Amino acid sequence: MSLLSVRDLVVKFAMRKQTITALNQISFELARGERLGIVGESGAGKSITGFSILNLISQPGYIASGNILFEGQDMATMSAADLRTIRGNRIAMIFQDPMVTLNPVLTIGQQMVETLQAHRNLSRADAEKIAIIKLREVYIPAPEDRLKQYPHELSGGMRQRIIIAIALLLDPQLIIADEPTTALDVTIQADIMELLLDLCQSNKVSLILITHDLGVVSQMTEKTLVMYAGKIIEAGPTREIVNDPQHPYTQGLIKALPQQTAPGERLSQIPGNMPPLSDVPDGCAFHPRCEYATDLCRSTTPEIEDLGRVKVACHEVQRLNQRATPKEDSA
Amino acid sequence: MFAYLVKRLFQAAAVMFVISLISFAIQDNLGDPLRELVGMSVSEETRDELREELGLNDSFIVQYMRFAGKALHGDLGTSYFFKEPALDVILKKLPATLELVLGASVIIIGLSIPLGVYTAIRPNSILSKAIMGISIIGISIPVFLTAILMIFLFAVDLRWLPSYGRGDTVHLFGSWATNFGSWDGLRHIIMPSIALASIMLPLFIRLIRSEMMETLQSEYVRYAWAKGLSPWRIWFVHALKNTLLPVITVGGVQIGTMVAYTILTETVFQWPGMGFMFLEAVNRVDTPLIVAYLIVVGFIFVVTNTIVDLIYGLVNPTVKLARMGA
Amino acid sequence: MSSFVAQAQQSRWARIKGSNLVYDFMHNPVAIVSFIIFATIVIATMFSPLIAPFDPYDPTQYDIMDSELPPSWELAGDSKFLLGTDAQGRDLWSAILYGTRVSILIGICAVALQAFLGISIGLIAGYIGGRVDSLLMRLADIQLSFSTLMVAIIFLAVTQAMFGTEAFNRYALYMLIGVIGIAEWPQYARTVRATVLAEKKKEYVDAARALGFGPLRIMLRHILPNSISPIFVISTVQVANAIISEASLSFLGLGMPVSQPSLGSLISSGFDYIFSGSWWITAIPGIVLVVLVLVINLLGDWLRDVLNPKLYKG
Repeated sequence: MSLLSVRDLVVKFAMRKQTITALNQISFELARGERLGIVGESGAGKSITGFSILNLISQPGYIASGNILFEGQDMATMSAADLRTIRGNRIAMIFQDPMVTLNPVLTIGQQMVETLQAHRNLSRADAEKIAIIKLREVYIPAPEDRLKQYPHELSGGMRQRIIIAIALLLDPQLIIADEPTTALDVTIQADIMELLLDLCQSNKVSLILITHDLGVVSQMTEKTLVMYAGKIIEAGPTREIVNDPQHPYTQGLIKALPQQTAPGERLSQIPGNMPPLSDVPDGCAFHPRCEYATDLCRSTTPEIEDLGRVKVACHEVQRLNQRATPKEDSA
Repeated sequence: MFAYLVKRLFQAAAVMFVISLISFAIQDNLGDPLRELVGMSVSEETRDELREELGLNDSFIVQYMRFAGKALHGDLGTSYFFKEPALDVILKKLPATLELVLGASVIIIGLSIPLGVYTAIRPNSILSKAIMGISIIGISIPVFLTAILMIFLFAVDLRWLPSYGRGDTVHLFGSWATNFGSWDGLRHIIMPSIALASIMLPLFIRLIRSEMMETLQSEYVRYAWAKGLSPWRIWFVHALKNTLLPVITVGGVQIGTMVAYTILTETVFQWPGMGFMFLEAVNRVDTPLIVAYLIVVGFIFVVTNTIVDLIYGLVNPTVKLARMGA
Repeated sequence: MSSFVAQAQQSRWARIKGSNLVYDFMHNPVAIVSFIIFATIVIATMFSPLIAPFDPYDPTQYDIMDSELPPSWELAGDSKFLLGTDAQGRDLWSAILYGTRVSILIGICAVALQAFLGISIGLIAGYIGGRVDSLLMRLADIQLSFSTLMVAIIFLAVTQAMFGTEAFNRYALYMLIGVIGIAEWPQYARTVRATVLAEKKKEYVDAARALGFGPLRIMLRHILPNSISPIFVISTVQVANAIISEASLSFLGLGMPVSQPSLGSLISSGFDYIFSGSWWITAIPGIVLVVLVLVINLLGDWLRDVLNPKLYKG
């Protein structure tokens, strides 16, 4: 049995005038110790996917249908009290911006101790001992002193390490990391990612890494989902997706990577923008930006199909494969 | 923290200086001290002599320095009407006003926090909607109308509560006359306190509610949910603490506003406090008393604002470092 | 995540004009009812000389013999005086129409003055920045820490004592507008300054500067439109507050004289008579005042909800 199994998840947002479908029929599996990357542009629904696993979608959003089975229990229909025993305990989450994630008026120690005490019957002194051990694991110098400090006294990188330490406090089975380095300085982004990968591997923790950067995903994960306008458009082993992308959108993402571009050459970009979720076009949501779009693409939404190695939602994928894809422009 | 303290005290002193200038300008231009002293029936020569003697012919700066010097020693002149030092007259009225503010503050703090938090946590419940509906009506009724309405209802119609005055007071520490010492005193302070609280309470409920709702939307509260904390801990430790920071600042300003509203409440209930006395002094053109009131009220404003700022600096961990590091 | 980027990219003015405001209005019964009541009051007071059966400013039109007559539906009432008469024998209905006009006039003029001062100071502080900015904002802090009502009471009381009641009454209208208008500028100044600081960083301001537009043009044509909706929301609440402040000052005898009453002075003039049972002189103007302020506050609340829609994150 897989650790996490998401089936036909639909999340909607009831806005003033219309109800927006933010996630449309999302399904995927995650095994114990496996690392999954969710990739896509801003607004594709990656973060909402991450939050809905914890059933943490805030008003006016709600889970309209589907199951989120974590160790066989459905997070979508669980009571608030049961959800609390899983959140932070068996599934931990790392948020995007460490500057706003920690509560500014509580010390690091208070925020770590309260997490432990919410799930274990521990004295404050014992909880602090565990906190110090975890802070050492993420290479925080002088952890005893950090417990007394407030978040604003620490740098962004330090705070994100502390948040990783909080995620590890209760030895969870799964960590969901939502763009954990986008808010950080470029020079420490790689350090944080490396730390996260090491800790997941050594503690045998599953990881869902939400990012817009396919390059990061290729280094960190075994499986990848590519999302576009609230849907999964390509899913499979990371190696397959990075080396032989099937969907024109994924191909565009790969081409846009700086690593794929020779020095001095212009970065290739997918023309246009992703449509807002309130205004997704008919047919394939990607068709206005797709160079291969046909009338079928404009009228009918493609279903996700199993191609053996990967799953892809594209009408033209067969034809594209027969016509050997031109690869000259990749360095 | 020390630099912050010094900066705040310096600003308080500057504001007090401006207030003293205004007070002096009023004293200089309002009424004729000679007439108050000797009446009309004195010859022009005697007047000139007296004028010289009182230093009224000195330059503005010399006169202000004399005024400020006296004021620093607590001498704000003698009330024309009471024939007593103006400061003494005011200090005698001060307890009545402060107890009114105290009574109203107890009502405001006691009710606004639970109601504000409740309406923020359960914005769609019927009770919340009722509280918000009543609070917007409360904001729309001026203090003096609430007071009149209550008098009409509870004093004239139902005859439950007395309509004016302080009733029996008990003396504390010799000079402080308190309403909280006897049943009659308590009965007298109920309506004025409620009237004074009536406009501030809905303001605070709405302020706490909107700040709390904003805090509940913040990333750190979301993170707190993601950590699996109990709702009570999230609401009252994570959210409320951050909610109260801006409320403290606004609250400080509102204490000052409340002093202004005491003038209205005291007028309606003929409450023998500073505000009531001030309006009487204005009608009698009792300049020293007007000036003394101005200085005492200005002082209360400056002191409360400074204290509130200092409390804010103590409670908010981010202020400390920002100011200390600077 | 910012899935509503497109919405945010629209100019604020387009968002006001856009159907959101109208749509929400049509779906909000409270807003509709408030607006209808407010419009009725404003129109009725604008045409009060035509509607009112008597001219309350003309002492020859009323008779002390008619004083303290209850409303016409009461037993002792006189059908000539729909809402009864006040202590001087003045028709209360006419006095209320004229009084509401005075209250609304003072409220709107005072807020116009606040807005003018506040917006100018805010623009200057935000655009020039540096020392000027910190000095002006310091002043705003200090001004805010003193309650408007307190400042107004002291100012008006001292002026009254200085110049005598008669001279005071002649200029009461202008002094009320002036004192309420001047004391409340910081609200506007802070809001506008915040917008200026936010907008100043954006490219289009640089572009406008590069095109050689002067600072005045940039501020008025490019930056100011971005703060229109907060200004709008603040103004509604401020008009309600100004009307309450005016009523409070008039109640204390520091505002409009009884010969040219506002709602506050009418209530005040009736207060002496409620113990003798003449409740209507206070109660009816009181109800009008509360309803007027309440509908403005309700409209203000509604505007704030609509113009600052929470864009969801996640």
